[in-house]
Amino acid sequence: MIARMLMARRGRAGWDWTDWASYVYLVLGVILMFGPVLWLAVSSVKSQAGLDVFPPSLLPWEQARVAVPNQPSPLPLFRVTSGDHAGETLAQVRRIGLQAQLVSAIDPSQIIRMPTKDLQPEMRVHASWSNYSDLLAKFNFGLYFFNSVFITIVATVLTLLVNSMAAFALSKYRFKGREPVFLVMLATLMIPPTIVLVPNYLIAATLGLTNSLWGVIFPAVATPTGVFMLRQYMLTLPDDLLEAARMDNASEWRIYWRIVLPLSAPALAVLAIFSVMWRWNDFLWPMVVLSRSEVFTLPIALFSFQGDLQTQWQYLLAMTVCTLVPVTLIFIFLQRYITQGIASAGVK
Amino acid sequence: MATLNLQSVYKHFGDIGVIHGVSFDVADGEFVVFVGPSGCGKSTLLRMICGLESVSEGEVQIDGVVVNDVPAARRGLALVFQSYALYPHMTVYQNMAFGLENLGTPRTEIQMRVAEAARMLQLEPFLQRKPTALSGGQRQRVAIGRAIVREPKVFLFDEPLSNLDAELRVGMRAELAQLHRRLKTTMIYVTHDQVEAMTMADKIVVLRAGRVEQVGPPLELYNHPANQFVAGFIGSPRMNFLAGRVTSAGRDGAVIEVPNVGAIRTLASVPGAVGKEMTIGIRPEHVLQGNGLENRVTGSVVNVEQLGGLSYVHMTDPAMTVQLHGQTRVALGDRTEVSLPVEAIHVFDADGVNVPRVAVAHPVAARA
Repeated sequence: MIARMLMARRGRAGWDWTDWASYVYLVLGVILMFGPVLWLAVSSVKSQAGLDVFPPSLLPWEQARVAVPNQPSPLPLFRVTSGDHAGETLAQVRRIGLQAQLVSAIDPSQIIRMPTKDLQPEMRVHASWSNYSDLLAKFNFGLYFFNSVFITIVATVLTLLVNSMAAFALSKYRFKGREPVFLVMLATLMIPPTIVLVPNYLIAATLGLTNSLWGVIFPAVATPTGVFMLRQYMLTLPDDLLEAARMDNASEWRIYWRIVLPLSAPALAVLAIFSVMWRWNDFLWPMVVLSRSEVFTLPIALFSFQGDLQTQWQYLLAMTVCTLVPVTLIFIFLQRYITQGIASAGVK
Repeated sequence: MATLNLQSVYKHFGDIGVIHGVSFDVADGEFVVFVGPSGCGKSTLLRMICGLESVSEGEVQIDGVVVNDVPAARRGLALVFQSYALYPHMTVYQNMAFGLENLGTPRTEIQMRVAEAARMLQLEPFLQRKPTALSGGQRQRVAIGRAIVREPKVFLFDEPLSNLDAELRVGMRAELAQLHRRLKTTMIYVTHDQVEAMTMADKIVVLRAGRVEQVGPPLELYNHPANQFVAGFIGSPRMNFLAGRVTSAGRDGAVIEVPNVGAIRTLASVPGAVGKEMTIGIRPEHVLQGNGLENRVTGSVVNVEQLGGLSYVHMTDPAMTVQLHGQTRVALGDRTEVSLPVEAIHVFDADGVNVPRVAVAHPVAARA
């Protein structure tokens, strides 16, 4: 099935030129989309030395190292190209100018001196999973992860609840000022978030929400996009259903909870996915509100890895992968709803 | 078990009046049908009765109590929607139980009542299915079942059969009539299909443009339509109308001169109406083929519909439809002569009102 899909072509007998064109186009697209992500994933298991290799390599290609007795850290291995020891692989203890001091595996106590021009680094493919284990051990990755998950889940649940209530009122109740309210809400979409950043911060500060996870959650709960999307969807629900429920003695709250919410599930799913992605990747606002490291979210923590003087790229990359994985998984499993929901909600 | 009274009820949407002073009474256990062309306000009237639309003026009374300000849920009525309005995400059982759950009915009683309704409507095999997995007729039954379990005082039906195919409609019509006989609950039924109205109703309310044209039992409306609209609306094919002018009016009726047809003798009692415009009406089945005794009319045949047991002959000059028993040999383009029996002729004045008759021994119903 997959093979057939991959081999699909237009020409019956052979390859039509459109087949070539579309395959080239698609392959190019795949490389463009997945190339950087794959490189990131591969690079995240490179060691510091592997990352420093120039020119950069695709695979975690680095100089082999070996642990030698009486030496504090593993020593890099070199292949000797000429001289007495030609062909042998030796470990370099230290290097002084153009002279290198090496030891052989046979007698680690015997120092061999030779010029560096005779030495060729011994390369190997090595995945340093320690990047990931160190993340957990050395840094408070668990805490950042929890913060991010907590904010994402709580904010998403609240977003769905608040937005769907607003959308219900705006789509199913006729009241004075309904259209103006809706328009004002939509108009806020046109204000870039950076413009309201300072006023928002002042409000959060006055309410004592800075350096608290709630300070990230509350401002994000009401989104005009979400209200708009849900409203458009709820407009398609037949009024007869609500009237039937009203005849069935259902209170307005029950109509919302038992009829409108379940029937809006496709639109809610889309909004949930969007909300998860927004909150998970949110950077600017958490950056402003959260300044103490124990409340950092993953993106902020990632950012803090980039120091002024030095950046531990291997950890940064590993953490980036950890940050990407959850949203990617969510997207993979829920993409059916996204396409369905976007199509039915009539928005892009 | 309930009575319903409407007293000069009005409905406006902004400046637009939709219902203009409708009054009538529904007795306990009666099956009342609202009938009228689309846009006549019959659905609006129904929604006002059940509380989904507010009443602009006048009073709606249930059991003698004014319910204008009582919310829909508290009126104790049940409405079956044209679209059925079944909750698509709930099973048949949940659909039927939803109303009772909202009332806080104990679970065992809900189960009992739903089971009872399901048995009555032959829905037992489908209780755990979703509405989308049901046929149109089954959905219709679920919608009725949802109304039944609540044991309402009055059942309201808003064109419930219009989404079904012709065959199912006949079946459901019989089922509904049977249901009414069994439950003996007051029912109000909205339709634009006069066959449904004629076959099911104890009483028909004919509406036009937000006004009641006539209220009465089906045959009463058929035999004694109050005006030209009711006469034309009730009965299929519709009544033939010929417009003319009164040439003489006396104690034994009036003679109306119809252009291109001739003088038609009628039993209308319209003293002093000579010269006035009047319209005569006669139902297709009352027109006699062949040269009868009186009111002979000749026309050419433009269409013949042979139904086997019945035949309809459509004529022009004058435009008339004639219903014949059995089959006919009349062919397209033939000239044919018919006669209009005096006692079957209705006469309507310029305002469309059915004018009174002179006293005569044999009423029109005897012929029908």
